[in-house]
Amino acid sequence: MALEMMMSGPDYMRDPRKHQFSPYANNGGTSVAIAGDDFVMIASDTRLSRGFNIFSREQDKVFPLTPKTMMASSGCWADVLTLNKVLQARLTMYSHEHHDMMSTTAVAQLLSTMLYWRRFFPYYVSNILAGIDEEGKGVVYHYDPVGHMEKLTFSATGESVSQIQPLLDNQIGGLNMLGVKPPTMTKDLARQLIHDAFVSAAERDINTGDGIIIHTITKDGKTEETVKLRRD
Amino acid sequence: MNTGKSHTMYPSTSGTSVVGLVYDGGVMLAADSLGSYGSLARFRDVKRLFKVTDKAALACSGDIADYQFIREVIEQKVRDDVCGGYTRELNAGALHCWLTRVLYNRRSRFDPLWLECVVAGYKDDEPFLGYVDKIGTAFEAKEVATGFGLHFAVPMIREAREKKQNLSCDEARKLLTECLKVLYYRDCRAHFKYQLADITPEGVTIHDDLNLKKETNWEVANYISGYE
Amino acid sequence: MMEVVDNSYPGFQFSNFARNENLVAKGFPMPNSRKTGTTIAGIVFKDGVVLGADTRATEGDIIADKNCSKIHYLQPNMYCCGAGTAADLEMTTQLMASQLELHRLNTGRQVPVVAANRMLKQMLFRYQGYIGAALVLGGVDKHDSHIYSIHPHGSTDRLPYTTMGSGSLAAMSVFESRWKPNMELEEAKQLVRDAIAGGVFNDLGSGSNIDLCIITKDGATMIRPYDVANVKGQRQGKYEYKRGTTEVLSTTVRPIQIVAETVKKVTVEEMDTA
Repeated sequence: MALEMMMSGPDYMRDPRKHQFSPYANNGGTSVAIAGDDFVMIASDTRLSRGFNIFSREQDKVFPLTPKTMMASSGCWADVLTLNKVLQARLTMYSHEHHDMMSTTAVAQLLSTMLYWRRFFPYYVSNILAGIDEEGKGVVYHYDPVGHMEKLTFSATGESVSQIQPLLDNQIGGLNMLGVKPPTMTKDLARQLIHDAFVSAAERDINTGDGIIIHTITKDGKTEETVKLRRD
Repeated sequence: MNTGKSHTMYPSTSGTSVVGLVYDGGVMLAADSLGSYGSLARFRDVKRLFKVTDKAALACSGDIADYQFIREVIEQKVRDDVCGGYTRELNAGALHCWLTRVLYNRRSRFDPLWLECVVAGYKDDEPFLGYVDKIGTAFEAKEVATGFGLHFAVPMIREAREKKQNLSCDEARKLLTECLKVLYYRDCRAHFKYQLADITPEGVTIHDDLNLKKETNWEVANYISGYE
Repeated sequence: MMEVVDNSYPGFQFSNFARNENLVAKGFPMPNSRKTGTTIAGIVFKDGVVLGADTRATEGDIIADKNCSKIHYLQPNMYCCGAGTAADLEMTTQLMASQLELHRLNTGRQVPVVAANRMLKQMLFRYQGYIGAALVLGGVDKHDSHIYSIHPHGSTDRLPYTTMGSGSLAAMSVFESRWKPNMELEEAKQLVRDAIAGGVFNDLGSGSNIDLCIITKDGATMIRPYDVANVKGQRQGKYEYKRGTTEVLSTTVRPIQIVAETVKKVTVEEMDTA
């Protein structure tokens, strides 16, 4: 809002014949990640939209970074592509310099730094980073668009975050329940929660739908699974 | 804050929709040839679709001046590639990727190229169809359209594909002209003269000076009399 | 002395208008009304008209109702699809239905579709577009089959086929390439279904099921749903909570005290059968 005002002044001062240029667009997208003791799952819906239009029904929004880390991004798709491209370049440069892949912890820090670098012309992007850390444990990092970072065991971000995060807080975090112990996370439970969270979000949020791609990272490598969602 | 140069902040002569689709054995791309100046149908023969290499064609909607600028840059780039001989022929995937960077950088300088581009062709041996807009939003799909085409043509192509997954060359061409026809009926900035590009593994064929007029049917106007 | 709100006046109450404008100017946001980003359509076929609508109602990006009814009754020979502000559509069509019924009783014959069109456009024009109703009116009378599209500011068009709402472009692409005069019923139903489906799948403001309404000289048939275009997703887990999961923070018991008891006799009034 403030940015818009700075660029153009109040609407009655604007020339009605001129198109208003905005460097940002909202292209939707929701991502969820859940970490377990020796695995992490990261998933995103596959709808790419703008306004009331669907650009693509099969856009994977989870990007592989290293064999042990992946990043899910949504928001302004132009920024998502750029951020990812720059990040990929930095990782390649690192691997050439050190003859080794960057650790998940280091990638997490790098991402935060890269986001903050654009503090006053931000990447309009919601990010989750998931990976296996140096001890072989699953970790999830959550970011805001200007680089604030938080290490978590589960997180949701994007368009349907207000629908999915409370579900995860309750079902994984065991919040707001008396005498209920938080469950130990298994692959089956993580998969089920991700599936159900997206199914529910697709029922009520117009920006979420078409499908989900669920990526699983373990010490042995990565697997992915596609699930269909409603397409309306 | 830098608000950028104002003359590129809005289009003057502009082109409307571009429609493209992937079919069994190639990619097809079409755009009408009207250059609108606001609500004035100013130029009736503006080409906004061109062959880049044997593996790529590009069509744009939006500001015609910006299109002609980017076209010259691309043509020079292709000549440099050929003369240098140190790189492979620019394919559709590479062109699409390059365009995302150019357009994103211009938007970040608040001096955008006011365009919506559709890149069609081949990437390695796979058919490629991609979209890039003035802020750098880019994606690949089996059917792509810009402007009003996104509202009219994309639903038509998706519906046709629901009935038949793989379209033949003839079916694709018929569908594409049907899309242009509907756009001509409903988009005030559209025209009956158009260009069509067919990209197959053999290369790019551009059909210039095509005409929709004979296929249009305005009989329905006779059913409308008065407003009550 | 403060003026008591007088409800005996017909029409809208504007007494809070100046106050609300003032609040908005000071930065207090106006409450949002429910808009139905919609696909609605209507066509004329050989024996009458077919109206169609999706069933999604939205509040911003959230789906408020997954199976709402957007084809409203006006008269036995007339129905009306609505897109826009849900409350405006509901009230406007209800008001029109009663006005048309009174007109029918006064004249003692079937109301022609033009009459409904006239009344709707005059009402909408009077309110300068502030009644956010975009309508597709369809009906059959002794003259002909009619489809009208009525815009919020009060302009109307009589057309052989029309669409409205946020999915109107997707739906219109179907009509523009496939509508023809004198279609058979089945063909007409399929065409309207496909038009609405175009909106349902390509427009984020439209979704869920497809409703149809067929009107011929023999009367109207609502088919709701005509097509369940989207099946509800199935959850894999069970999310039930044991009794007592919600923590009780504090308890207070207040007994109900009977202060007084009165018994009133009700006299039965005779029904007027004159």
